[in-house]
Amino acid sequence: MYKVIITVRLKSSVLDPQGTTVKGSLHSLGYTEVEEVRIGKTMELWLNTTDQVEAGKRVDAMCRRLLANPVIEDYEYRLEEGA
Amino acid sequence: MRFAVPVFPGSNCDVDCAKAVREVLDRPVDLVWHTERNLENFDAIILPGGFSYGDYLRTGALARFSPVMESVAEAAEKGKMILGICNGFQVLLEAGLLPGAMRVNDHLQFRCAIQPLRVENNQLPFTRLYEEGEEIHFPIAHGEGNYYCDPETLKELEEQGRIVFRYSGENPNGSVAGIAGVVNAQGNVLGLMPHPERATHDWMGSADGARLFQSMFRTWEGINGAA
Repeated sequence: MYKVIITVRLKSSVLDPQGTTVKGSLHSLGYTEVEEVRIGKTMELWLNTTDQVEAGKRVDAMCRRLLANPVIEDYEYRLEEGA
Repeated sequence: MRFAVPVFPGSNCDVDCAKAVREVLDRPVDLVWHTERNLENFDAIILPGGFSYGDYLRTGALARFSPVMESVAEAAEKGKMILGICNGFQVLLEAGLLPGAMRVNDHLQFRCAIQPLRVENNQLPFTRLYEEGEEIHFPIAHGEGNYYCDPETLKELEEQGRIVFRYSGENPNGSVAGIAGVVNAQGNVLGLMPHPERATHDWMGSADGARLFQSMFRTWEGINGAA
C-alpha cells in the first residue's frame, strides 16, 4: 500500500487570481512581508500496489491525463510506503 | 439538419440550446445523455453550458472523459460543426479540441450580464451572417471564463484569424487579449464563453445569437443542399 500526496498549482507564468487576492487580504491584516501567494490543491491517493516504480509511473500518468492541466498547471507528488 | 446536445450531469443550458435550434431554425434537435457513444446521425453538436460534474477538479475536466466525448472528437475530425458554449467551451479546452485553458475570473466573482462582443472573424461556418467588426450582445454567466493560452499560441490564433469573438468594452474576466471565443485550425470547432442561445429573441434583451445558429444552418445547406 502506498499513500500518494499530489500537489497541483498554477504555473509560475500564469497569474493566480486567488493568490493575488489572498495576498491583498494578508497585507490588510498587516502581514506586509508577504511578497507573493500561490494557491494550489493537494490530493491524497491510496494505492493498492507493492511496486513503487510502477506506482510512480501510473501516478505520473494520472497527473498528466486528469489531475493537472499541463497548459496552466504544474504538479509534483511523493509516495509514502505503507501509509 | 439534425443537432445533438450532449447532456452531462450538471449541464443546465441544454434545454436552452435545444429551444434555440427549434425556435430559430425549426430543425430537429436531440438531447443526448453523456453515456451515448454514437453521434453519427447528427450533423452538428452543441455542448451546452452548466456545471458538468459540479466543476469538480477543474471546469470540464471530468466531462471530457464522458463516453460521448469520443464521438464528439470523431465528429470534429470529420469536419462536422461543434459548438461549445460556456461550460461546453471549457470541456472542449480540456478535451484538447481547442487550445488553451480556463482560469477563474481575475476578480474572482461570478459575472452575469449582457456583454458587448466584437465579431473578429465572419468567414467561419458559425459567423457568416455577421459583419466583420460588428458589435453584438450575448449574455455571459460564468465564474471561470478567464481564458489563457501561452504567447506562441496567442500569436498563432491572431495570425490565423482564430479569435472569433472578443469582449468589447470592459473585459469581464481577464481573458488574454480579451478573447471570448476561439475556433480550431479547421474552422469547425468553436468555443465561446457568452451564450448565443440566450440571445435569440428581442424579449431576451438581444436577438444577436440567432444569426450564429442561422450561420451554421446556412453552412450545412451550402454543403448538403436542401434541408
